[in-house]
Amino acid sequence: MTAEEINGLLTNLTVFTLAILVGIAVISKVPATLHTPLMSGANSIHGIVLVGAMLIALAATEPISQLVSLIAVAFATMNVVGGYVVTDRMLQMFRKKVVVTKPAADDSEAAS
Amino acid sequence: MTTLEIVEILVRIAWLVGAVAFVIGLGRMNSPATARNGNLVSAGGMTIAVAATAILILARQSSDGGFSAVPWLIIVAGIALGGGLGLYTARAVKMTAMPQLVSLFNAVGGGAAALIAIDDYIRLANAGSHVRIDEHIFIVLDIIIGSITFTGSIIASGKLQGLIAGKPIIVPGGQLVTLALAAVTVVGALFLFATGTPNLATMVLILAAALIFGVTMTLPIGGADMPVVISLLNSFTGTAVAMAGFVINNPVLIIAGALVGASGAILTKLMADAMNRSVLNIMIGGFGGGDDAAGAVEGPGGSVRSIGADDVAIQLAYAQHVIVVPGYGLAVAQAQHAVRELAELLEERGVDVKYAIHPVAGRMPGHMNVLLAEANVPYPQLKEMDDINPEFARCDVALVIGANDVTNPAARRPGSPVSGMPILDVDQAKSIVVIKRSMGKGYAGIDNELYTNEKTGMLFADAKDGLAALTAAVKAL
Repeated sequence: MTAEEINGLLTNLTVFTLAILVGIAVISKVPATLHTPLMSGANSIHGIVLVGAMLIALAATEPISQLVSLIAVAFATMNVVGGYVVTDRMLQMFRKKVVVTKPAADDSEAAS
Repeated sequence: MTTLEIVEILVRIAWLVGAVAFVIGLGRMNSPATARNGNLVSAGGMTIAVAATAILILARQSSDGGFSAVPWLIIVAGIALGGGLGLYTARAVKMTAMPQLVSLFNAVGGGAAALIAIDDYIRLANAGSHVRIDEHIFIVLDIIIGSITFTGSIIASGKLQGLIAGKPIIVPGGQLVTLALAAVTVVGALFLFATGTPNLATMVLILAAALIFGVTMTLPIGGADMPVVISLLNSFTGTAVAMAGFVINNPVLIIAGALVGASGAILTKLMADAMNRSVLNIMIGGFGGGDDAAGAVEGPGGSVRSIGADDVAIQLAYAQHVIVVPGYGLAVAQAQHAVRELAELLEERGVDVKYAIHPVAGRMPGHMNVLLAEANVPYPQLKEMDDINPEFARCDVALVIGANDVTNPAARRPGSPVSGMPILDVDQAKSIVVIKRSMGKGYAGIDNELYTNEKTGMLFADAKDGLAALTAAVKAL
């Protein structure tokens, strides 16, 4: 490996490591109630693989690569669209309930 | 700078904006008030990243000497197909079936990540050039992790949907199979790293082993442990996407993948902790043929008092404080609307009704909150374990619906498989009613001492039928 290649690898590894630490810091604060929406939300975020699938579709010249990239784009889009919509459906219910019963929520907080 | 170079720079900035939006979006999921907004911020980041990628593709094509329709056909057809399926299923799914859908979305995400490495490897093999060891490592890791998560999540989804038996399925010689698969993968990977030449046959072998491993890993795990497994697989997909980012040298895939990998890992650990089990124990427990703890400690025998719906209705209707303890059985019987109906009826009679939510009630952490919220149960009535436990002593009737191990007082003593597991203090209530189909044991496989408590009456029924009978009986009073 050339020095340039090693530097490129190290840049990527740095980004990877720091992103893991950010993920831990951001996520450990989420209350248990929201864990299912959170899991679903995180699930939509790894749909970012769609960007990669689009880029391999651009480079695909062989029929096999074209087929593989078609499946990859379809899979990734299903992940993105389905993930965000189902998460939004879940969170919508939470929010509506909180707003509607706001006074009761305040009371119980004051009492406890 | 050429136009292409400028576009490349702008696209990288757009990807950075997308990555920041993911972090902020996850951060805003801290509280119910900002969570929905957080999800929208994250979706906005995704839109920016994908739109920027489309512009990048256009720019690269025009600098390469013209527009070619084939990649766009692939992209548009793929997006239409996947987006349509995703949108339809996400809109149509019932909230009780939501965990298996999340698992399915997870499966396709992992599959897409693996396909990126497969495509890259086919190209390298066709070129026949030397493959650097770091390239090889990331490709192999992406294929292994992505494939395991693909088949594993499909099996998990099938189990939750009831297409595959929820009980642990023991593969004969399962541990040998696992060892053989691991050996194939490791030897194959080492061979590729050592030679440095792309070898499609070896890669296909590794791919097949990983796909089978995903199945054998998930099949033996029981239905109650599925949340932990789905969360683990979610973390795997994140990691696979990060590996795909290394393979095609794309920073936004690395950042987003690592974020999800970390979040999934933490969630998995939180869930396992709440069940007082280690993640390893859950995974290997399945391999070993079920939980050895079963039967290790016998609960004290004792007689069980059966009680009829009419008696329970009287108790409930004339109580002041009632705490409902919903569990896995309620989720399975889809009885969340039935329980809300009964609670509203009781409230009309002036009874104070609250819900005690154990951290692992339902099929995923927080799943019970979602189910009850969907059934229009007012959010403030849902109480977390630490808030509700002191209230059991003041409550007249605790109504346990399909919850088992999380109420077992044996957890307070050492020497039981559930020892140390945080439980709801249901046994402190003045009177206890348990709706349960039979005296079957919970996941830990031990007797629940709560059922033999002299304050406890057992109403033997399916959660939905039992609640319907109670509602009718209360109405008749």
